[in-house]
This record gives sequence, C-alpha cells and structure tokens, in this order.
Amino acid sequence: MFVQHFINALGLGALYGLIAIGYTMVYGILRLINFAHGDIFMLGAYFVFFATIQYKLPWGLGVAIAIVGATACGLLVDRIAYRPLRGAPRISALISAIGVSFFLENLAVVIFTGMPRAVVQPPWLMKPVILGEVRLIPLGLMVPVIAFVLVSGLLWVVYKTKPGLAMRSISHDIETTRLLGVSVDKIIALTFALGSALAALAGIMWALRYPRVEPFMGVFPGFKAFIAAVFGGIGSIPGAMVGGVILGFVEIMSVAFFPKLSGYKDAFAFVLLIVILLIKPTGLMGERMEEKI
Amino acid sequence: MMLDIKNLNIWYGGIHAVKGIHMNIEKGEIVTLIGANGAGKSSAIRAIAGLVKGYKGNIVYTRSGEAAVSLSGRPPEEMVKMGIALSPEGRRILPQLTVEENLRLGAYIRHDKAGVAEDIDYVYGLFPRLQERRRQKGGTLSGGEQQMLAVGRALMSRPDLLMLDEPSLGLAPILVSEVFSVIRELNRQGKTILLVEQNAFAALKIASKAYVLEVGSIVIEGTGEELLQDSRVKEAYLGG
Ligand SMILES: Nc1ncnc2c1ncn2[C@@H]1O[C@H](COP(=O)(O)OP(=O)(O)O)[C@@H](O)[C@H]1O
Ligand SMILES: [Mg+2]
Repeated sequence: MFVQHFINALGLGALYGLIAIGYTMVYGILRLINFAHGDIFMLGAYFVFFATIQYKLPWGLGVAIAIVGATACGLLVDRIAYRPLRGAPRISALISAIGVSFFLENLAVVIFTGMPRAVVQPPWLMKPVILGEVRLIPLGLMVPVIAFVLVSGLLWVVYKTKPGLAMRSISHDIETTRLLGVSVDKIIALTFALGSALAALAGIMWALRYPRVEPFMGVFPGFKAFIAAVFGGIGSIPGAMVGGVILGFVEIMSVAFFPKLSGYKDAFAFVLLIVILLIKPTGLMGERMEEKI
Repeated sequence: MMLDIKNLNIWYGGIHAVKGIHMNIEKGEIVTLIGANGAGKSSAIRAIAGLVKGYKGNIVYTRSGEAAVSLSGRPPEEMVKMGIALSPEGRRILPQLTVEENLRLGAYIRHDKAGVAEDIDYVYGLFPRLQERRRQKGGTLSGGEQQMLAVGRALMSRPDLLMLDEPSLGLAPILVSEVFSVIRELNRQGKTILLVEQNAFAALKIASKAYVLEVGSIVIEGTGEELLQDSRVKEAYLGG
C-alpha cells in the first residue's frame, strides 16, 4: 500500500517539477512569471490527444507532434507577448503574461470546446505488474523515470554546453552577456523552448494519468508548479524538481493517511508556500536574486 | 585608420553627456581617453561597443583588409563579431560562473575549440593568479583578480580593438602597475588598445595618443608625452 502511494506521489511530484522548471528558468532569466506556462502544458495534452485519439497516429509520433507544437506555441508567446516588452517596466510583461494566459485558455475553449474529452490510455501502459502485495502500473513507474532522464538532460544542457553557459550568464547580467557576443534573444527563446517542451511532456503524462483533457486543465497544476518553484528556490532547476516532489508527497500522503483532509488537498500548496516564505524566503535551494537594472 | 569617431553626441534625457567629440585610433596604437569622474568617458566607449542607443554623429570602423563600416545602430553582440571587445567599468565579472567559465564566455562567438583552449592558456600566462583560481567562482575573487579576469575575458574573442574602461579603478598601486604592464605587453604583441582612465599619469605614460575629456568635450589632445608635459594637464590631472 505504502509503495503504491510512494510511486504515486513521486509521479505527481515529478510532473509538478517538470512544469516548475519552465517557471523557474524563465524567472531566473527575465524575472518574469510566465503565467501562460500552464496553458502550454494544456496545449501539449491537447495536441497529443488529437494526434493519437482523433487522428489515430502512433503514440510516438503523437508525442513528437505535441512537443513540437507546444514548443512552437511557447516560442510564439515569447516573441509576440514578451520580447516587445523587454525594455518596459516589469509589470507590463507581467500583465501581458496574464493576458496571454486568458487568451490561450479561451482560444482553447473556442477551438476545442469546453467539454472535457476522455483520453484512451494505451493498454500496455495500464497493465498492472504484481510484485507480491504491490500492484504497479507501468505508467506510474514510467513518469518518475522519464522525468529523471529529462531533468538530467536539461542539467547537462545548462551546465555543460555553450548555450547553457550563456543562460546562466544572462540570469545575472544581460548587458555584460551581450557585450561578450551572445545574442540574448536567441538564448531567451531557447529557454522558452526547453521549458515548453518539458511542460508539453508533463501535459502528455498528466493526460494519461487522469485520462482527460480540458481547456483549464493547466490552471491548477500550473499554479501549484509555480508554488513548487518558489518553494524549491526560484531560479534553481534542482530546486524546482525538489519543490515539485515535496508538493507531490504532501498532497498524496496527506490524503492517503488523513482521508478527511482530502477536501483541502489543493490548499496544501499554499500552506507550504507560506511556511517557506516565513522560514527561508529564497526557497530551499534558491539564492538571492538581485533586481535587474 | 581603424576607428574614426566623428562628432559624437550622447544625451540621457535632457543631459548632454558627450558634446560632439572627434577621436581617431590607428592600428597598433594605445590611445587613451582621460578625464574626471562624470566627464563622459564611459559613455563614449560604451557607444563604440554598441551599448548606447540613439547617439548622434558617426563611428566608422575599418578592420584590416576590409571596407570601412559605420557602427551606429549595431547591437553589442555584433561589435564583438567585428573584432571590438570592451572590458567594462566595474569589471562586471559573472559572480556565479567560474573563472574559466567567464573566459569561455568571452570566447562565445568562436567555434575553434583548440584556439580557445590555447587562448585560455595565453590569458593564464598573462595572469598566473587566474590559473590558480580557475575553478573558483568569479564572485570570490579579489578586486584585482576580477580586473585581470575582465581584461582576459575581453581578450578571449581575439579582438582587433581592445577597449578597457578604467582597468585601474579601485586597485592597489602594485596591481595597477601589473595591469598596466600587461596592457603594454599586449600592445607590443600588436593589439590596438583604447584605454579609458582616471589615472592620467599611468595612462599617459603608455599611450601614443591621448585625449582629455571635460564635461563632455575634448579640451586637449596630443601624444602621451606631450600631455605629460602640458601645464593644464599637470595642474588638473597630475597633481600640479
Ligand atoms: N545611463 C545613464 N542615464 C543617465 N545619465 C547617465 C547615464 N550614464 C551616464 N550618465 C551621466 O552622463 C555623464 C557622463 O557619465 P559617464 O560617461 O559615466 O562619465 P565617466 O565615465 O567619465 O565618469 C554623467 O553626468 C552621468 O551622470
Ligand atoms: Mg566611467
């Protein structure tokens, strides 16, 4: 029983973490809360739904389409809603972010209708594996493993490659980074692309876990993932993952062991947020962020 | 002529910070721009680097063997690709990156791995302390070490024109002479250098040509030697 809860919590937490990474990377570089990020997650889920269930494409192809589609949307959001405001006061970009989020959600209602649609899970993902007393489904095991691989890959990009070096540099000093020959807009676009691709993958796995998609499915996970990012220390990629996993555990375990609390499940994220802000305002693994000049 | 600055004017809102200056730099020279705090030195050098938007006048750059081009309206990242590098005032070391990562970032536009590795060793040769601290975060270095790193980082793009904004700022005298002897050595190896300084004496001693900037205007120009002898320079900048 506990093993099942454990895997479950790890999976939910890994998904929060994958979304949180997109928030944390964009915030680290631009000091911008990209409110549209949860909607990119939703679009990723929809794209895979249409590709595989509506158009009967194989899952591998559907996943690829969803990643490419959601990444393109993330890049468009940066290009249209944020890049023209680079020099503007930060509040302008923030308002633009909220606007984009509403726009994407309502566009999804118009195009996809507000009706939730059921996702048909591929049977091989759901076929239980029995280990003694424990019943595990492959999907539940796959989610944390995939998340781990993705995050390792991302850390490699950020810490071992040239664009990654430029990303880390931009987050401290945009002007000096440009002075050294980095095309900052390209690196920012890359950041949005990576964050969107991870959100799309999280959206796909989310759609498989809670097998449905709907236009507002990104709102709560997005909100919680943002809290996970703040909890872990905004700007820190490992922090986002750790924050996500902790939140996943708090939600799953509290409901598992105190079923009476299940009605309050969505409030735990806020409790965690308040606690960390009181004890360590920079989050678990965060460093102080200087204001951008 | 490598760089020809014609009638450069810079405004910040209502402040007219640089008022129609003319300067030129020949290949292989050390040219220095001296002046008191607030004279407009950084504004001028930052305009060349592409960091000042909307200045008036023209800056014409000629890379050896290439046609002359106007620099106005070009972003800073393009200047680096054209062979102009600036070590900015205040060093601007990236504190969370290691010494070596700071140097690698200086070579961002280059794709010749072997050449970059060679140049990192070259910079370590110029500043052996940096090699000792290669894995240390930039933010943990002393002021002098950060200045060496800033100069080294600007060298990493293999610029034709190296611009240094107050490399002696805040350094102990012994470090000032170390940094200046490296500047002279770089020039001996063929680097063209534009040096902005408040330390007029040290700058004039190594400069082939010098300009004195006062509240946005060039008031004196000549060879380094001439200016060291100039009574106005002596009085205002060399302590009488
Ligand atoms: N970004 C800026 N905004 C407004 N005023 C500025 C800015 N940069 C410089 N100035 C003003 O322009 C003048 C020249 O400054 P600067 O070029 O930094 O001089 P220096 O480098 O010789 O000390 C000063 O009066 C300074 O206050
Ligand atoms: Mg200055």
